[in-house]
Amino acid sequence: MATVDPLIMNLMVFVLAIFVGYHVVWNVTPALHTPLMSVTNAISSIILVGAMLAAGPADADWGVWVGAVAVVLAAVNVFGGFLVTQRMLDMFKKKDKKGGA
Amino acid sequence: MLSSNQVALTYLVASVFFILALKGLSSPLTSRRGNLFGMIGMALAVATTLTLTHNWLIICGGIVLGGLIGAVVARKVQMTAMPELVAFMHSLVGLAAVLIAISAVNNPFAFGIVKALGEAIPHGNRVELFIGTFVGAMTFSGSVIAFMKLSGRMSGAPIVFTGQHMVNLLLGLLMLGCGLWFFVSEGTNWTAYIAMTVVAFILGFMIIIPIGGADMPVVISMLNSYSGWAAAGIGFSLNNPMLIIAGSLVGSSGAILSYIMCKAMNRPFLSVILGGFGTESGSASAASGVQKTYRSGSADDAAFLMGNADSVIIVPGYGLAVARAQHAVKELAHKLREKGVTVRFAIHPVAGRMPGHMNVLLAEAEIPYEQVLEMDEINSDFPTTDVVLVLGANDVVNPAAKTPGSPIFGMPILEVDRSRTVMVVKRSMAAGYAGLDNDLFYMDKTMMVFGDAKKVVEDMVKAIG
Repeated sequence: MATVDPLIMNLMVFVLAIFVGYHVVWNVTPALHTPLMSVTNAISSIILVGAMLAAGPADADWGVWVGAVAVVLAAVNVFGGFLVTQRMLDMFKKKDKKGGA
Repeated sequence: MLSSNQVALTYLVASVFFILALKGLSSPLTSRRGNLFGMIGMALAVATTLTLTHNWLIICGGIVLGGLIGAVVARKVQMTAMPELVAFMHSLVGLAAVLIAISAVNNPFAFGIVKALGEAIPHGNRVELFIGTFVGAMTFSGSVIAFMKLSGRMSGAPIVFTGQHMVNLLLGLLMLGCGLWFFVSEGTNWTAYIAMTVVAFILGFMIIIPIGGADMPVVISMLNSYSGWAAAGIGFSLNNPMLIIAGSLVGSSGAILSYIMCKAMNRPFLSVILGGFGTESGSASAASGVQKTYRSGSADDAAFLMGNADSVIIVPGYGLAVARAQHAVKELAHKLREKGVTVRFAIHPVAGRMPGHMNVLLAEAEIPYEQVLEMDEINSDFPTTDVVLVLGANDVVNPAAKTPGSPIFGMPILEVDRSRTVMVVKRSMAAGYAGLDNDLFYMDKTMMVFGDAKKVVEDMVKAIG
């Protein structure tokens, strides 16, 4: 295992993550499929990390501004995705209390 | 400044949080904690990445600006508009992926893709950039079309023309050709890269236009999956495991949802994607010419029957959401329960415009989720149920699904026809989206109540008093 090509390491991570995702998502209750979609939406905006790297180099040229636009787009998703999921899940909570009462 | 090992370890922790976020959704009780885990994971990943970058002012400014927009949208959006919002957010992920790839092609040194400034991008990385770009571009343009169809800015009808699949195939080959050109060129060939990106945008657009509005639950799940793959693709380009892990989680989640939706409609995934369903209008059933008789009644009659029943199951469809009748329905269920009637809701997997949409709409109306049952949980209870009230649903209760030869044969349905009495609230006798007549409406035990779902339900509430 002296030097493995990073591509191979990435491929390992990729395949294992797909398996984890597959098994975790099958356990999601169908009633929460819409929140699942909005939360995965928020998670896919992890692309914000890439956008930050694009906007982050010290030797600034126009590429930084392209990255900055990507930062804004991804940030809309991060906040929008998590907050709207929260809002939906809170609706399931409210009923829970009333149902018990 | 964190070392790259520390960064990688923090990314690992963030990935575990993301997995816990998805795991939390296995029950409404743990779901909110799950969402919190997701936020923590994201905050960790972003904070860690910040230590790797300069230009903090630009980055933080961008996050604040985007975050404000996102927060306002999340607060304002109507629950009936969730599918549009999700499609809109997919398009942002796709566009962000393309922009990052452009930035990486422009300055590969900043991403550690090349060892020295001005060096040509290695061929392996070019393939990764190519994949990240075209998946992102197709996610973007496809989601824009899905958004326009869902929000009614564009007709939901499938747009088909002869030779469509051939055109798409040629576009696909053209895109691959441009990618190959980009791959073999000396140095950075912007012409090839931009041509490839433009073709990918057009292809994403072409792939979604032939898909009809009623197949949207599949499309939106598929784009959900694409947005994950786009993030993973960029992760490969930037050699960033955080993006690969989170992207793959989302990608497989979307793929599973697409599969579930196709299964619930009994349609092969490929035929949904090739599109055009719903264009060959229901001429076959309309041409039969035999005038079948049905029984219709008023909201008062229906209310009387329900009020005297022991058990009632309500089957809501998207027509209920369109009429904004959720709150009236809640009132009806409440009134019936006060009279000692057992009331439950039965949800078909494709009720609504996206997976689980109807559950959210009922949750918004504060109907306790214990009373809302999935198809598999409730199907065996129909024979012992006195009254079933079908509100704005059609194909998902059509017994033709049990008849070999029917276009919807094999589709799992809510077996409403096996209950003692059925009441169907509908605007008219028009066929559902599959263009099929529904034998349920002509059964002796069925009573049709014509009118707007909200108006009818409100009248029922009044009649029960």
